[in-house]
Amino acid sequence: MAEGESASWRPRIVAFCCHYCAYTAADLAGAARLQYSPSVEIVRIPCTGKVDVIFLLKAFTSGADGVYVAGCLDGDCHFISGNIRAKARIAAAKNLLAEAGLEPERLEMFQLSAAEGDRFRLLADEMTARIAKMGPSPIAKRATGE
Amino acid sequence: MIVAERKPYEEIRAMLAPYKKVLVFGCGGCVTVCATGGQKEAEILAEELKLTDAKDGVSREYVVKTVERQCEREFLAEAASEIGAVDAVLSLACGAGVNLLAEAYPKPAVLPAMNTTFLGVNDSPGVWVERCKGCGDCILHTTGGICPVARCSKNILNGPCGGTHDGKCEVSDEIDCVWALIVKRLTETNALDGYRRIVPPKDWRRGGHGGPRKMTREELIK
Repeated sequence: MAEGESASWRPRIVAFCCHYCAYTAADLAGAARLQYSPSVEIVRIPCTGKVDVIFLLKAFTSGADGVYVAGCLDGDCHFISGNIRAKARIAAAKNLLAEAGLEPERLEMFQLSAAEGDRFRLLADEMTARIAKMGPSPIAKRATGE
Repeated sequence: MIVAERKPYEEIRAMLAPYKKVLVFGCGGCVTVCATGGQKEAEILAEELKLTDAKDGVSREYVVKTVERQCEREFLAEAASEIGAVDAVLSLACGAGVNLLAEAYPKPAVLPAMNTTFLGVNDSPGVWVERCKGCGDCILHTTGGICPVARCSKNILNGPCGGTHDGKCEVSDEIDCVWALIVKRLTETNALDGYRRIVPPKDWRRGGHGGPRKMTREELIK
């Protein structure tokens, strides 16, 4: 159980994972039987460049406590610059979250390669620990009446 | 295009306070092109508002819709049922769209989500700059196609002024001295003769100082 988690509450984290790196790394983590946080729910995407700000905001309005986008390392994007564009969008989305009254730290962008199954595990656990420490999103909290 | 920027979030929140059902209304024209008030931006704004409402325990319903252009009655009519079903319309169009909404639909409150800023062009991805002031009496043929009315900080017609330095404006080093640009272009195109002539004061009545402007095309009036 991560720090901040309780028997009654476990964070819900949506991870938008690029098919060419993070998703494959998650697959590798699975094949290697590496245990990673069950709080992380993966959404496979063709490229982080496909991630629109609206997807991120909708994840939060739908009750996610944390959201992260995991894309390729700089220079490795299958579509040349999707990951670079995603980084700029995530920065903009963090500003929108802050405006809306949520902690921008609930949203993050990570970069890794398809070969980094162990790093995928580490990032999933790190994000879970971060969100668990912050507690439930004020929106999810209200929706569940906590 | 008409360039408009979204108003500060807190200002929008304050405007919405009395209303329970709101249409977040995008415009498919200029504000879509300058990436501030189209369908995507309307959806993002509605989602952001929903987040804050959920956090603060505010109960308010949002409908999101975008029409081709809010500055034409025919296009506004496509959203008539949505407009008729809400207490307030939060328009992401320029001021022209907001005005027409208020004229065409007397019932709901009409609220501007944007500050309409200027007539401009897309300089580079993510950057829009002012290029026209709509002065109603174009002089671009005398200035090499570069507008001193819109781009000189003093709007002067006989420039440059004493504040020009190294091709920049005294207001800010980030602003090009438009008169330096004009002289450069006129020199390059062998058209400096017109520049030597003193330009008399402009008739600003055509620039909006003679009351609201109107254009008519008799042959189009039914």
